[in-house]
Amino acid sequence: MVLAFVDLDAGSLTPSATETLTLARELASTRGEPLRAMTFDDSGRHDDAPTAAELTTYGVVRWFRVAHPLLDAYSPELWGAASAQLVRTLAPSAVVASAGDRTTEVMAQTAARLDLPLAANCTTITATASGDEWRLTRVRNGGMLLEDAELVASTALFTVAAGAIEPAPASVVGDLTTETFSPVLDDTLPHARVIERTTRGDGVTLASARVVVSGGRGVGGADGFAPLEELAELVGGAVGCSRVATNNGWRPHRDQVGQTGTKVNPDLYIACGISGATQHWVGCMGAKHILAINTDPDAPLVSRATYAVIGDVGEVVPAVVAEIRRRTPSPLPLPAPGVGADGHDGDRPDL
Amino acid sequence: MRILVCVKRVPASGGAPQLNADGLDVRHLAFTVSPHEECAIEEAVRLVAEHGGSVTVLTVGPVEADEQLRYAISMGADDGVLVDTGTGELDPQATAAVIVDAVGDLETAAGPFDLMFFGNESPDAGHYQVGVRVAVATGRPMVGGVKGIEVDPGLSRVRLRRDVPAGVEVYETPLPAAVAVKEGLNLPRYPSMRGRLRARKASATVVRAAVSAGGLRKVRLRLPEEKQSETVLLGHGAAAAPAVVDVLQELEVL
Repeated sequence: MVLAFVDLDAGSLTPSATETLTLARELASTRGEPLRAMTFDDSGRHDDAPTAAELTTYGVVRWFRVAHPLLDAYSPELWGAASAQLVRTLAPSAVVASAGDRTTEVMAQTAARLDLPLAANCTTITATASGDEWRLTRVRNGGMLLEDAELVASTALFTVAAGAIEPAPASVVGDLTTETFSPVLDDTLPHARVIERTTRGDGVTLASARVVVSGGRGVGGADGFAPLEELAELVGGAVGCSRVATNNGWRPHRDQVGQTGTKVNPDLYIACGISGATQHWVGCMGAKHILAINTDPDAPLVSRATYAVIGDVGEVVPAVVAEIRRRTPSPLPLPAPGVGADGHDGDRPDL
Repeated sequence: MRILVCVKRVPASGGAPQLNADGLDVRHLAFTVSPHEECAIEEAVRLVAEHGGSVTVLTVGPVEADEQLRYAISMGADDGVLVDTGTGELDPQATAAVIVDAVGDLETAAGPFDLMFFGNESPDAGHYQVGVRVAVATGRPMVGGVKGIEVDPGLSRVRLRRDVPAGVEVYETPLPAAVAVKEGLNLPRYPSMRGRLRARKASATVVRAAVSAGGLRKVRLRLPEEKQSETVLLGHGAAAAPAVVDVLQELEVL
């Protein structure tokens, strides 16, 4: 069997879970094995029916809900120990998960506890018809390189790079059996656990924004970000920055786009005064379109961009803001926090 | 408190990587530790300044990784240990096993580490698991993606902050523990002249280790296909503003 570790958000499959399930189902079908799913839930109790319906759509035939009072708050060790117990019990040929922070952590805990190999951030996985040999391609250097690799194990563990797989429901679905798996857990196992969670309530996040307006060295200082903020507000986007801007203390680190910051995938990435070193490029290369504004026509990001303006950010961005306002039939209302928070609600004035 | 920081010698990322028959062409590259690991060293040095103790830096790799140990010492680490495994790349199970052995030797000699720091992931291989394997093998809890650390005054517990897409999670764990940190945890210092001089005189301990391969084997590296497209030049300076707004409308982001 192939076991998919499915991450849920309030009982629903996350987008990355649908990618994981799609790839896991392909592997299962190549090997002629059934697809099973493992879930944890730390968001309180939910109605199982919608989750079961979604899992069925993706071709899952047996669903293991991992449940134990000690698992109600997330703990890498306890979740890892529980996952390792289920994997040991089921002995699947492969376990597939998404490459999120938490799923990766639980997979690494599982791999460590069972001394099994784990290939992280895979873009393709090829199952051999039988046996325990796998071929895979994984992302390296933040996406600048790919690695072809082989994995040999009784149970192979994989995480799937975000966006590598186009999610697709199963063409044929069967009946789903749901089971609760209660692991044997002991509070004396030294473990970390979540004791507090705060939710950012201030609208557009960098990772999900449809437009990101990002500034680098060419912005010149913390004050130079004011026009970028204004532009971001007008397009319902988020403000990002390069590593230079955070290292100089112009912006907080959570705004940093790049290999050691946030990876973004907006429809439009507006790079203001950012030359585009590799560290930054791998953070924004997922954007559909890039507009680079830079004084240097030979900057790497200018050559990689869809559109470019050659000029000083301090002149170009305010001019763009003024032009947007000029084309607006009536003055735009001052955006309250959260207005247009999803960035594509279509209720902004037509220009 | 005794703190161990694990670092990896990696090529400094700047331009596009070049490949040759053996993999990454490193002839013209400088080497460094990752931004995550610089933050790990900085945090360890600050914690020891506050609570007393010592910082040991450990690296697994070629003898040239001595350069990275000296850099850590120039930032304020007390001593360095290099486990010489040659120039070949190790799989994550092998790397973890080598670190676990080295940690065992260091703890037998001078007592247990209260904290072990790792970078969240290496910037080149990016396996996201070596720290967890070491933590599990040495019976320590471990949290990754950490951007804030608060050690309680009794040195028995630690609170860790991790950014998640929806906000922030705070973890609590007993010590000893392991932590994988991310850039943003602090602003690492530049080594002082005094630190550099100390690093030059310091002697890192070099040990050799036998390596047994795990189940993941690299076959080759290759460049991803990059979608090549011509850049459309919208104009120069403020005069380009109307063309920019045309594009914003065309992409329906206004």
